[in-house]
Amino acid sequence: MNLDNLTSTSGEWLRANGPEADIVISSRIRLARNLSTYPFTNRASAHQKAEIEAKLRGYIEKLDFNPRLEYLNLSTVVPLDRQLLVERQLISRELANSEGPRGVGVAPNEIISILVNEEDHIRLQVIRSGFALDDAWQDADQLDDKLEERAPYAFSEEFGYLTACPTNVGTGLRASVMLHLPALVLSKHIEKVFRALQKINLAVRGLYGEGSRASGDFYQISNQVTLGKSETQIISEIRDVIPQIITYERQARQDMLRDNRHAILDRCSRAFGTLKSASMMTSEETMDLLSWVRLGVNLGLVDQITIGELNELFIHTQPAHLQKVLGKQLDSEERNSERSRFLRARLREIENQMN
Amino acid sequence: MKCQSCGQPALVHLTEIVNGKKRENHFCQECAEKQQLLKQQDLNLTAILQSVIGQHVGAQVDELARLTCPSCGIKYMEFKAAGRCGCPRDYDVFRVPLLPLLERIHRGVRHVGKIPPHAVERATVLVELRELRKLLREAVESEAYEEAARLRDLIKDKENADEPG
Repeated sequence: MNLDNLTSTSGEWLRANGPEADIVISSRIRLARNLSTYPFTNRASAHQKAEIEAKLRGYIEKLDFNPRLEYLNLSTVVPLDRQLLVERQLISRELANSEGPRGVGVAPNEIISILVNEEDHIRLQVIRSGFALDDAWQDADQLDDKLEERAPYAFSEEFGYLTACPTNVGTGLRASVMLHLPALVLSKHIEKVFRALQKINLAVRGLYGEGSRASGDFYQISNQVTLGKSETQIISEIRDVIPQIITYERQARQDMLRDNRHAILDRCSRAFGTLKSASMMTSEETMDLLSWVRLGVNLGLVDQITIGELNELFIHTQPAHLQKVLGKQLDSEERNSERSRFLRARLREIENQMN
Repeated sequence: MKCQSCGQPALVHLTEIVNGKKRENHFCQECAEKQQLLKQQDLNLTAILQSVIGQHVGAQVDELARLTCPSCGIKYMEFKAAGRCGCPRDYDVFRVPLLPLLERIHRGVRHVGKIPPHAVERATVLVELRELRKLLREAVESEAYEEAARLRDLIKDKENADEPG
């Protein structure tokens, strides 16, 4: 995989071609697995970690799966490129910032990645555009079987797939759905949704930003329980609540349009105008403005840009992407200026394509 | 606040309660060390902690504290402090204290999900191999050499097929 070309493309899951993609950005399945014959990563010696990495690298490169995965040895990848992979959600921040032998197998369309020597020896993830948990699970399940053909997993009949942290044991499954919920945030109904989800043991967190504050109004909903329920049960518990949240968000959007059409149109147009003309732009402001424009497009108030193009901008305006395009390190002020320059250029390009 | 013995800024503050009477002492680092107050405090802290833990888990804690995984060497207390297991075998070694923890996290203690298909296959092959080796021993003992050779080849084939590539 050529990391230098990544900034001119985007992962398939960002393209907004999946079901309900106006509200559901993506669906993700993650499986935690470990080799039975080694200590978990945190307790493995450097030598053992190197052995685990070499074995898994071999298995991943020989995987009989379409698309084929390309393997990156992360201990030889420079920090900026590791951050680039984090921004594209191909690896976790933990794996990027840890040390020692570790790596990742990535499908060229970026819907699959297999992390090696994270907290668990293997973290397999599949991301799909829109509300498509079942498709993501099918891929993950098949890939898991292929990998297990060669890799003897740590498994007990009683506790299932054994993981470093007891919060993942059992299925090792984390199913999550990323939602864009600007109208529920604006109408302050989001708290009610959170409380309801927590009652049924689902976790909610903002995708960007600290703690519970989500910049860009992106929220991730995922299961917490991994033991005592089957994969299908876990997935269906999430799958069953998402349509309700989608309905609430759509309702809140229609209420906004009915009561404040002019004010909303004004906010969306101003956001778009600022993105097209500002000369300094923080990451947070960018997220906020892009979120408004995204809402505007979904409400039919803004028509010069597509949801897929907007999704891409959320990723491409992040620090490592900007620095990669420019080919050098930037401090935060330089980044803010580069970010706005990038936005102006990209939005002009999109406008020209449309005309 | 100043040190009561030398007048330097006081960094160590000690409250003593003797026969229900409270007395406050303030010392700088140096004077506190001279009077061996710091060391004394450390000792007290350990004693207090032990008594608190003892109250809750009593004798059980001794037993748990001695639990060590023979595979990865992690002690139960280390696992408890970090919240992470050291190796797959820990789920067996720490099974008893893990059960209430898993119940609290997951409200379930038994896996009902996917079973790795190839592990089942591997396990079946292992059982078969054990059976074949037994037959081989019997064949050799009863001097049925032709049968023994056939079994030997069969075992070899199965062993090779089981080698993960």
